[in-house]
Amino acid sequence: MDTARSTPRDTVDAVPAGERAVPARTSASAGPAGGHHPSQRARWRQRLSRFDTKASPYAYISPFFIIFGVVGLFPLLYTAWVSLHEWHLIGGQGDFVGLKNFQDVLEQRFFWNAVRNTFSIFLLSSVPQVIAALLIAVALDSGIRAKGFWRMGVLLPYVIAPVAVVLIFNDLFGDRYGLVNELLGWVGLDPVQWHKDTLSSHLAIATMVNFRWTGYNALIFLAAMQTIPRDYYEAALIDGAGRIRTFFSITVPQLRATIIFVTITSTIGGLQIFDEPRMFDQYGQGGADRQWQTLTIYLYNLGWNQKNFGRASAVAWLLFLIIVAIAVVNFFVIRRIASREEER
Amino acid sequence: MTVVTRRVDERRHRAADSPRGTTARVARRAQVSPAAYAFLTIVLLASAFPLWWSFVIGSKDAAALNTGEVSLLPGGNFLENASTVVSTLPFWKALGNSIIVSTVVSGLVVLLSTLAGFAFAKLRFRGREGLLLFVIATMCVPTQLGVVPLFIVMAKLGWIGGLWAVILPALVNAFGVFWMTQYLRESLPDELVEAARVDGASTLRIFWNVALPAARPGAAMLGLFTFIATWTNFFWPFIVLEPGNPTLPVALQQLQAAYYVDYSLVLAGVVLAAIPLLIVFVFAGRQLVSGIMQGAVKG
Repeated sequence: MDTARSTPRDTVDAVPAGERAVPARTSASAGPAGGHHPSQRARWRQRLSRFDTKASPYAYISPFFIIFGVVGLFPLLYTAWVSLHEWHLIGGQGDFVGLKNFQDVLEQRFFWNAVRNTFSIFLLSSVPQVIAALLIAVALDSGIRAKGFWRMGVLLPYVIAPVAVVLIFNDLFGDRYGLVNELLGWVGLDPVQWHKDTLSSHLAIATMVNFRWTGYNALIFLAAMQTIPRDYYEAALIDGAGRIRTFFSITVPQLRATIIFVTITSTIGGLQIFDEPRMFDQYGQGGADRQWQTLTIYLYNLGWNQKNFGRASAVAWLLFLIIVAIAVVNFFVIRRIASREEER
Repeated sequence: MTVVTRRVDERRHRAADSPRGTTARVARRAQVSPAAYAFLTIVLLASAFPLWWSFVIGSKDAAALNTGEVSLLPGGNFLENASTVVSTLPFWKALGNSIIVSTVVSGLVVLLSTLAGFAFAKLRFRGREGLLLFVIATMCVPTQLGVVPLFIVMAKLGWIGGLWAVILPALVNAFGVFWMTQYLRESLPDELVEAARVDGASTLRIFWNVALPAARPGAAMLGLFTFIATWTNFFWPFIVLEPGNPTLPVALQQLQAAYYVDYSLVLAGVVLAAIPLLIVFVFAGRQLVSGIMQGAVKG
């Protein structure tokens, strides 16, 4: 918090141990030998407690850094190393090939197909999600009764594993007998080929992502809404602004930073989407014509089906760069917005 | 514990309400439109329906499904389907594995995060701000992408197929460190730490007797969220575990491969696998809600 605050301990600590021992010894100089002992012990204890205050903080934070180094940072850097080699899942390290893996990947039609699919599913699952979450948050913030009940209700999908969500929605989005097509039939529409059409499959997969995360994000927005000063709303009320006008002129601008925070977190997760497209049919290749093959599925197939770890690592690094680039862009957007807010 | 979190929650609401005068609140209360209730009811139905639907389908036999009639009421075949699922999958093993992995991961994450959070929030040391910033920055690192070398490392260690291979990578939780730092900053008064120092308590003693009791509600929430995240995780366990020794999501994937056409069995399995977290939800839903809302304000 504030390093400036000084404590009784600090004032003692500020004096080097050697000098501090001098007055201590004069006070204990009554007995020539007898008084020597406790002061030694005191000095020892002092040294120990100084070591304690100096070293403890580092000891306490070190587990995180060590484990992050071993299973987070090191694998990412090692990925770069593997991506520069011929590397077989079983055979292990082969020749150094420089950037050839990257070149090969970038020449693959299916890589670009996976990039397209990933972004398409991401946009379909983040834009509607943010809008829906905002609307739900407004409804939850409108002074309803039984707040806790409604809040828990919208959070229910969050505790169902994505893998389970896909299996349920796979049935609902069945091409022939699915409930969704059944309902469309009642309204007089043709059945949709959810597992054949590219865009339809993206819609179905995005629906699963939205199902799980919309309520969660609505609660995040709700929390941010409760920090908006109520005077703003009262002023709007006095000015005769309607509900919709109030929402766009007060709520949304006040929530801008939160909206971007939610966008960043969903970007980092959304671009790595794997569970839903992997389970969308029983083969797990992302469709017969790879209509919904995302980058992470592409990576998995390269590594564990084609046993080509070198290329898989190249894909991992490319995806990593894409994510970092988007996160950085988002960060600067936030900074601009934050500084503009302060100018007001 | 529940009482404490609820109290914190209420205090936050009171704080949020305080600028609002009672008259204004009454005015707003009167303003709640039926539209808000109608909209929320639709949202609630949409949230609950897929789970209900999986129970409906999972409780029918194949013959009933093949008639093609749509009905929203369950049949009487659920237990039979469930026992088929349990006998064809290593279901109990998967359940046991999920429980072990989620419990160990959330326990260790809470311990390590509380330790680090205490240091960042209440101890003074050189490089504190920089290191904390580094921790926050790692939140943006998609560690999932180190999956190839991670697999190589696990293979070298001979851990492929074992639970430790799933547990170890899950222990990196930058969010947890950040969360506990923020929590202890607010809930542990500096005076308490100073007083214990003056009394000559060692840092470890202060952590154990002063920081931990103050951290408990925050730690409970962190544990809850880590438990759910670990339980529902699929990508890495799917890569590193063998078919005979899965976690629940990995077992569900096998179920789909085995019975792709028979949805009554697949969805019976889904319901079975969902039960444990639904129990958690029923007992701790309130904490989940306030946990998300607190985390959001701090974030």
